[in-house]
Amino acid sequence: MNRETAVNLLLALLLIGVPLIAAGMGEPFYVTLATRVVVLALAATGLNLALGLGGLLSFGHAAFFGLGGYVAGILATHAFNAEPLFAGIPGTTFMPLIWLVAVAVAGLVALPIGAISLRTAGVYFIMITLAFAQMIYYFAISWPAYGGEDGLSIYVRNAFPGVNTAKPLPYFLVCLAVLMATLLLFRVVEGSRFGSALQAARQNGTRLAAVGIPPFKIRLAAFMLSAMITGLAGALYADLNRFVGPSMLSWHMSGELIVLIILGGKGRLFGPVAGAMIFVCLEYVLGGITERWQFFLGLILLVIVLFARGGLLGLLSGKARHV
Amino acid sequence: MFTALLIEQLLNGLQLGVMLFLMAAGLTLIFGVMGLINLAHGSLYMVGAFACATIAAATGSFWLGLVASLAAAAGVGALIEVAVIRRLYDRDHLDQVLATFALILILSEGARWLFGSFPLYLDIPRQLQGAVPLPGGGQYQLYRLAIIAVGFLVAIGLYLLISKTRLGMRIRAGESDREMIAALGVDISTLYTVVFALGAALAGLAGALVGALQSVQVGMGEPVLILAFVVIVIGGIGSIKGALVGAVIVGVVDTMGRLLLPSLLALTMPAAQATTIGAALASMLIYVIMALILAFRPSGLFAAET
Amino acid sequence: MSEPVLEIRDLRKSFNALKATDGVSLDLMPGQIHALIGPNGAGKSTLIHQIAGTLSADSGTIRFLGQDIGGLDMAARAQLGLARSFQISSLAQEFSALRNVMLAVQAKEGSSFRFFRQVTGDKSLIEPAMTMLERVGLTARAHVPAAELSHGERRQLEIAIALALSPKAFLFDEPMAGMGPEGSKQLTAFLDGLRHEAPMLLVEHDMDAVFALADRVSVLVYGRIVATGTVDEIRSDPEVRRAYLGEAA
Repeated sequence: MNRETAVNLLLALLLIGVPLIAAGMGEPFYVTLATRVVVLALAATGLNLALGLGGLLSFGHAAFFGLGGYVAGILATHAFNAEPLFAGIPGTTFMPLIWLVAVAVAGLVALPIGAISLRTAGVYFIMITLAFAQMIYYFAISWPAYGGEDGLSIYVRNAFPGVNTAKPLPYFLVCLAVLMATLLLFRVVEGSRFGSALQAARQNGTRLAAVGIPPFKIRLAAFMLSAMITGLAGALYADLNRFVGPSMLSWHMSGELIVLIILGGKGRLFGPVAGAMIFVCLEYVLGGITERWQFFLGLILLVIVLFARGGLLGLLSGKARHV
Repeated sequence: MFTALLIEQLLNGLQLGVMLFLMAAGLTLIFGVMGLINLAHGSLYMVGAFACATIAAATGSFWLGLVASLAAAAGVGALIEVAVIRRLYDRDHLDQVLATFALILILSEGARWLFGSFPLYLDIPRQLQGAVPLPGGGQYQLYRLAIIAVGFLVAIGLYLLISKTRLGMRIRAGESDREMIAALGVDISTLYTVVFALGAALAGLAGALVGALQSVQVGMGEPVLILAFVVIVIGGIGSIKGALVGAVIVGVVDTMGRLLLPSLLALTMPAAQATTIGAALASMLIYVIMALILAFRPSGLFAAET
Repeated sequence: MSEPVLEIRDLRKSFNALKATDGVSLDLMPGQIHALIGPNGAGKSTLIHQIAGTLSADSGTIRFLGQDIGGLDMAARAQLGLARSFQISSLAQEFSALRNVMLAVQAKEGSSFRFFRQVTGDKSLIEPAMTMLERVGLTARAHVPAAELSHGERRQLEIAIALALSPKAFLFDEPMAGMGPEGSKQLTAFLDGLRHEAPMLLVEHDMDAVFALADRVSVLVYGRIVATGTVDEIRSDPEVRRAYLGEAA
């Protein structure tokens, strides 16, 4: 097996093993921390599809993350209050249904955003995706029905059949299953004809057009798929924290998602996983030492960008081959 | 009465526009000449505000504070250009975004470390306190009028700099062909540092001027940065004229939108609902306009010919 | 009389004051290699870009297989059967030579929105792609990333990709560029055999190749066609000699 697969296996083992051990030792806090890693990795995997495979530097992916979170929060709230949303549609606390809605909403919103943004390129694309996310962010802050600036609480975690989601370990396993399934999907899409066209779009859009494949359609489809994955992560995140707020929509969150990818290794299957692990560890370890831990995160990030562009997976497994 | 309110908000919009222009001009210059997207520009705005507040408090003079803000912002700008930014010119946008994002974290947390999380206060200088009567009744802050004036003076100054001086000529040449001016013997490194420091100084000036109106705190530059991005996207990246036009459009539309939308909606729905929806729509308005403009002109209004 | 595969009528394109294309009319007939020559700055690249779809003309028509393609983008024109190569090789750099050609095979099938079947090991893509690589002589380098191929190999790969599209017309922009004498000779012989698969519009500076290959030659000077004819007619045309060949001698 090649080096990258070995590293991936190791990361997977860590990801599963640490929380299991922690649960066994009666330390639920670390299970929750691991769940945070898993959900952030899922969110970053969505972005990895657009950015790592497609070369689309979206600086507004927090929009989809937050939308997924708000779907979870809003549906749960309406179910709790036994009030229908609109047209008599009731709320729900059934996770699979919530996830379906989160994915659908993220995809539907990504369609017009992508359709407009993908007409631009380079710096314009970065800024217009940022601006669209800001639009949604400001809307969430000024719309009082769902908490406005204060956000929305989910008092009891939503339900998953056969699982006691209120407990840390069962919920961790649910999130982990979703992450693993998504990583499998990512790998399959990457190796498919669509994935090939998408990567060609990243490497040389003109070449793609010259053989007769329209880059715009490929990129738009990738953008939407990527948004849907990140939206799903948002729903999981809201249930994890039992809270959703406008900060999930902020451009800092968008930046964080990009950071996760670069920390782990852009375009790599387990890049988001490695990145999320590093980030959460830094947050926890450095954050325990000083409140100013983001200062050091900034320094580390700077060093990585300047000197270790391939991220952790680049360091450990060498250059990626896409042949 | 309404006329007075209208004129007052129009002037506020102009003032916001002028501040955005100071930010956007630097951003667009840096992108046009060096091809670099600089997220840390908002932090330079913050540095200017903090420098002004600190020196003004220490010496009792706003004017000395203003000088300090220019010097500090330009200094920090030059420092980060030499230490970090110049390694990024040949890199792709992802690296530039990440590195400058990292700088935001470093500068923000650094500022918090030095100054704490509480806002600093900056007083409007005595000479500019007070108000000026407006046509239609009502009064307008003299200080805000001064800001508008400063903004337009800077715009004229930039125009003169770029079109009439040798530095300006090098900047214009650099915007069209970087390799060429290097081949012609122009010292690129120094030119880039100067351009970056100039952009930083403009941002610092904006921060200091606004600092007297709002408070001076960490993160104050970020909303302004985003709006500045919207400005240069609307105006066309690399174009100073575009930055001015874009800034005025954004400033006026945003301000007037917040004033008018709730009132307009109140014509068709209950007042409470109108205020809520109106406020929500108003905060989104400028992004909607940007999306519309980009849908028809993907390179902005005054895109530079490539 | 057979219909032209590519028919260009009175094409015009200006960049501010510069008339890059000044009323160009051209026919590409089936089974022919039509060479487009002209001094530097004549506007050959601009013309190719307008035919391929990278630039849109100010006025005039371009008909491909009888259909007006003026409003179509590059991908749409390629789907209709117009295959081009680039003056400066434009390849998916990280992909191997094989994978680059497989992309063209996939494009021809129109199957790019399949999300599940894996591309590696897909015989329906690999076999046709390998056949193309064999034809241009790149079999040994099939698994080398495009970025690592030599200049000549990249030119060959561009041709293989164009072949994989089973096109109705070839649009080749200086395929010999940067090739040494051996490489040029081989490529000339190769292109000679292609004319019966699909007609070719060939922009070239290499006069040996042009005179060996072309059934018709058009000479472009300052955006206008100053002469069209057989190789012999062009060689002896005094205006052409003055404007182009004479200056080069």
